[in-house]
Amino acid sequence: METGVAILIGLFFTVAVYLMLSKHLVRILLGIAILGNSVNMLIFTNGRLTREIPPLIPSHLYTPETATANPLPQALVLTAIVISFSFFAFLLVLAFRAYQELGTDEVNKMRVAEPENDPTPPQGY
Amino acid sequence: MTPAVIDDTTLYAVLAPFAAAVVAPFLTRWLKHNAAWPLALVPALIFLHFVGFIGPVSQGETFVAAKAWAPSYGVNFSVYVDGLSTLFGLLISGIGTFIILYAGGYLKGHPQQGRFFSFLFLFMGAMLGLVLGNNLISLFIFWELTSITSFLLIGFDHLRAASRRAAIQALVVTGGGGLVLLAGFIVIISATGEIEMSVLLASPDIIKDSGLYLPIFLLVLGGAFTKSAQFPFHFWLPNAMEAPTPVSAYLHSATMVKAGVYLLMRMHPLLGDTVLWTTVLPLFGGVTLLVGTILAVRQTDLKLMLAYTTVASLGLLVMLTGTSYEKALEGAVLYLLAHSLFKGALFMVAGTIDHEAGTRDVTKLGGLRSLMPITFAAACLASLSMAGLPPFIGFIAKEILYYGTSDISALGQLGIMVTIVAVVGNALMLVIAAAVAIKPFLGPEVETPKHAHEGPVLLIAGPVFLSVTGVIMALFAHTTGVWFIGPTLSSLLGEFTQIDLHLIPTKINAPVILSFITVGLGIALFTQLDRMRSMIASALDAIGWGPDKGFDQAVSGIVSLATAVTRVLQTGKMQTYMLLTFVFTALAVLLPGYLSGSFPALPKLPEYRFYEWGILLIAVLGLIAVLIAKTRLTAIVSLGVQGFAVALIFMMFGAPDLSFTQFMVETLSVVILALVMTRLNLSPRDHRSLASSVVTGVVAVAVGLGLMLTLLAITQQPFDSRLSEFFTEFSRSIAHGRNIVNVILVDFRGFDTLGEIAVVVLAGLCVLALIRIKTRPSDEALAKSTAGQAEKQTVEAR
Repeated sequence: METGVAILIGLFFTVAVYLMLSKHLVRILLGIAILGNSVNMLIFTNGRLTREIPPLIPSHLYTPETATANPLPQALVLTAIVISFSFFAFLLVLAFRAYQELGTDEVNKMRVAEPENDPTPPQGY
Repeated sequence: MTPAVIDDTTLYAVLAPFAAAVVAPFLTRWLKHNAAWPLALVPALIFLHFVGFIGPVSQGETFVAAKAWAPSYGVNFSVYVDGLSTLFGLLISGIGTFIILYAGGYLKGHPQQGRFFSFLFLFMGAMLGLVLGNNLISLFIFWELTSITSFLLIGFDHLRAASRRAAIQALVVTGGGGLVLLAGFIVIISATGEIEMSVLLASPDIIKDSGLYLPIFLLVLGGAFTKSAQFPFHFWLPNAMEAPTPVSAYLHSATMVKAGVYLLMRMHPLLGDTVLWTTVLPLFGGVTLLVGTILAVRQTDLKLMLAYTTVASLGLLVMLTGTSYEKALEGAVLYLLAHSLFKGALFMVAGTIDHEAGTRDVTKLGGLRSLMPITFAAACLASLSMAGLPPFIGFIAKEILYYGTSDISALGQLGIMVTIVAVVGNALMLVIAAAVAIKPFLGPEVETPKHAHEGPVLLIAGPVFLSVTGVIMALFAHTTGVWFIGPTLSSLLGEFTQIDLHLIPTKINAPVILSFITVGLGIALFTQLDRMRSMIASALDAIGWGPDKGFDQAVSGIVSLATAVTRVLQTGKMQTYMLLTFVFTALAVLLPGYLSGSFPALPKLPEYRFYEWGILLIAVLGLIAVLIAKTRLTAIVSLGVQGFAVALIFMMFGAPDLSFTQFMVETLSVVILALVMTRLNLSPRDHRSLASSVVTGVVAVAVGLGLMLTLLAITQQPFDSRLSEFFTEFSRSIAHGRNIVNVILVDFRGFDTLGEIAVVVLAGLCVLALIRIKTRPSDEALAKSTAGQAEKQTVEAR
């Protein structure tokens, strides 16, 4: 059951990493968005897949009638989706501001923190 | 004889200096330099405490006391009192008393005098803990504490680069040696299962029989040789003369540098008297003795001359300890005592001259005898002891050590070699002693930077007392032997011994003849002092390299290496960082599975329904579309497609809540992306060179493949469903909810959800702050210049 989804997740990771290795901020952001989805699906699939039966308890019972989908990874992923979204929103605005301030969207030209030709450390005592 | 257990007073005696270190700065703020008087009471009382041990210890008794420190590791704060530790305890506290007084006079009016007292007391406590330490681990801790306090004291005048360099050098050499020693102790503990020195000493062959004698011997030697400045680690000690003179007199002549010798003497019953011991120790000790004395002759600075003779004396002590012969060991113990007394006194004399005359360059001093008569007297007494002339303790030490080394029947060829080295070394020592005592005081009066006059009582108390003690101990030689030398020798031999010392040799024998040769040779060499000095200087210039220079090269080499590594790894380019991160991610997921062969061979073909295949296909198409999109809008829409496909997959496998959230979040993402991106003039595509595409592509595929294989491997393992079953079973009965996922989120793991909400709120606040923050003028200029540069580069590139 998991094999097909696992191959798809491998493809998701490949595309995400390829985009994140770009020079341009926009492509990196797209990569991060896809990376979030990949990780969520990874956690989801790790808890094994069950078709179509959500983990719900009928109103007249105390436990589900039949075997249901695993509820635990669902709870974890639900949290993860929301957090990855807020992280993505923050990064998006950060990228936007960085572009406004530095006038470039190319990451290799953003050198404020680590300027080129940084002086060598002193050799004395 | 098993050690008797005593009460904790001795433990408190070790801790008392640490308490004094806390009080000292406040007392100094109140009493100024006169705080030295009350502060000196602390070591004086400790001294009296150890005096109480002299009687029983000289009868062959030993004592232990212990308090549990980290009992689960077998680490105790414990002391072991025998002849050797009593002698050291007396030296540390006795000389320490006068050093505190001396520091009061020497640093009078210095704004940091309180801090200086504090450091001295910290050192004193550490040194007491070291020489009394019974537990190997606590001994090591005090050992390293002496290195650290030594660092603080050498670097006391931290505004001068030379001080800082000397302090770092001492710390690196002695602290590094301490780590080697720790390794040695750990090997001892694991080889014998014992951690208390007194237990080890009770069965002297325990280490020699353990099969790990060689590594233990080498590691212990590494600690002892660095601390006691044996060649080729001798260079840090003369450099340590950058410290204020009280420090040089206390740490770098009388006490700390003797810690290595102490360790060798302490471990002598356990490690000594083997072929290795009687070869390596005399060799290094002898070389150190000769190198030390020769380099001492080269110097003109009083303190440096004394420092190099200290190196030489330490070499002599190691050489004698290395013979493992009773009489030579007795000479070593006597010389240890004599050296602490005369060298401590001479250093204080040198400091007093420097303090009162304004220079300690021997070529610029002369005729001080009438101006500083008391200092002159102390200098004479101490120098004569150093020169090994009667009636001083140094004389007895020299007689006994010659008596030991010249015993051909016991030592053979080793004895001849050691004796020759000792005679040459002692003759040169006499030269330096004469130079230090005679040159500054005799001859015509010379103009000095300061108008010289006798020092205050705080400055002269120490040298006078220590040098007079050297005479008294020699005059009452028998008592000295019974009280101090015999018990200490017993510790070295591991069995109780009593000795009978005489000041006047009973008959003319080999030692007396050797003494005459030494004195004659010394006087002859002294007349040629200036010629020897220039000869050695030109010889050293010809060599042009030494361990001291080597240390500098090593340090700058390390800095250069670190810089080079940083340049390679921290390029300042985000692409490099990302690439490195993902390369290592790929390795981390691929290597373990590959090496252990736990990756699944061939995955089974999934049996999905046709619409399920359809959903997977939509996701794939969305991904490919993002990759190849030529315009921004296409990219955004494609991103939405893969996101919705993920939502459908969640739906497909029984997760409607996830699916619903995913739909909302994807929609929002697309809307925000579209909003922000339309405001930016961003390049719609990225231009990668073919090479870069291949490299990044390979890395990306490796990461994807690795995670896929890992996931497949995991899902083929049996599933542990205990947690899920728990939640399913109790969701309704305990938490009264029928949607199990929601119950987990808001009830079982409610605090996690609270944390999640906090993250969302924080992200929102950050976004708000980023949007509202105004560009500061300086930032604007920076941005413009950076942008300008970027433009220029692009133009140039074209």
